[in-house]
Amino acid sequence: MSVSITVGAYGVAFGAAAVANGFTVVQACLLSLLTFSGASQFAVVGVIGAGGSAISAIATASLLGVRNALYGVIMAPHLKVRGLKRVVAAQITIDESTGVALGQEPRGIVAMRKGFWYTGIGVFVFWNLFTLAGALGAQAMGDIRAFGLDSAVPAAFLGLVWPRLTGNFERALAVGCALFAIAMTPILPAGLPIIATAFIAIAVGLKR
Amino acid sequence: MSIQIMTTLWIATLGTSLIAFLLKYSGHSVPERWLSHPKVQRINALIPIALLSALVAVQSFSEKSQLVIDQRVVGISVATVALFLKAPFPIVVLSAAISSAAVYNWL
Repeated sequence: MSVSITVGAYGVAFGAAAVANGFTVVQACLLSLLTFSGASQFAVVGVIGAGGSAISAIATASLLGVRNALYGVIMAPHLKVRGLKRVVAAQITIDESTGVALGQEPRGIVAMRKGFWYTGIGVFVFWNLFTLAGALGAQAMGDIRAFGLDSAVPAAFLGLVWPRLTGNFERALAVGCALFAIAMTPILPAGLPIIATAFIAIAVGLKR
Repeated sequence: MSIQIMTTLWIATLGTSLIAFLLKYSGHSVPERWLSHPKVQRINALIPIALLSALVAVQSFSEKSQLVIDQRVVGISVATVALFLKAPFPIVVLSAAISSAAVYNWL
């Protein structure tokens, strides 16, 4: 239940953010239906909103989507599905479904599979309904700044990154990347200051 | 809206969706050893931190490649305080929106 409410809130925030950054309601809904990965979706609208090209938006979103591939690697041996069922399983392989499934591991394979499918499908339904609501709401607003939507978008990003800042190393990386992106914004073409920070992450990850 | 911007939005929407699905599907299909290397796992945990932090900064302090200080500074500051106070996500976003709108409308 609490997962549903949180997903709903993120969904509204995403739908509103997409429209605030120039996407149509249909495009916002397609992103939620087809991409179905919160951080990647926020990234694509964020980069476009900052004036970035389609390529930088896709690249940033895809870098964030790599983690779903890793979740697939973890889940595949437990799910053992083929054909169309594998296609559906792949589409709902996200933070929440993988997290719940792994949480059920001590209770056996049946509970794990149940956790994965119920969570994945439940989040999919809620995420898409609330995206539509958020997108329609933002479309009705007119000047988004009068409703604070221009601040709601970066606040949503901050809410996404906050739980990942588990130690001083992570916090230092976050602050460093934020400062780097700001410093590079007037110099590099829009979108690149954001993608460039992924290379900072790769460099420090390789070194450590 | 110009045709060029519409095209950009469609390419971004469909391109992101296609790659997102291919990434998800590849995870279910490639041999486990390809992606389970500890360095890959480690980098994978750091990339979202880097990209999302950069997005927070750019969305808070820039407008069309120019650095600007406006009502969003208030919004993102309030959101930061809310997160320090362990507020749930909806409160974080709403408090940022309300404070930013208040500054924009009344200052």
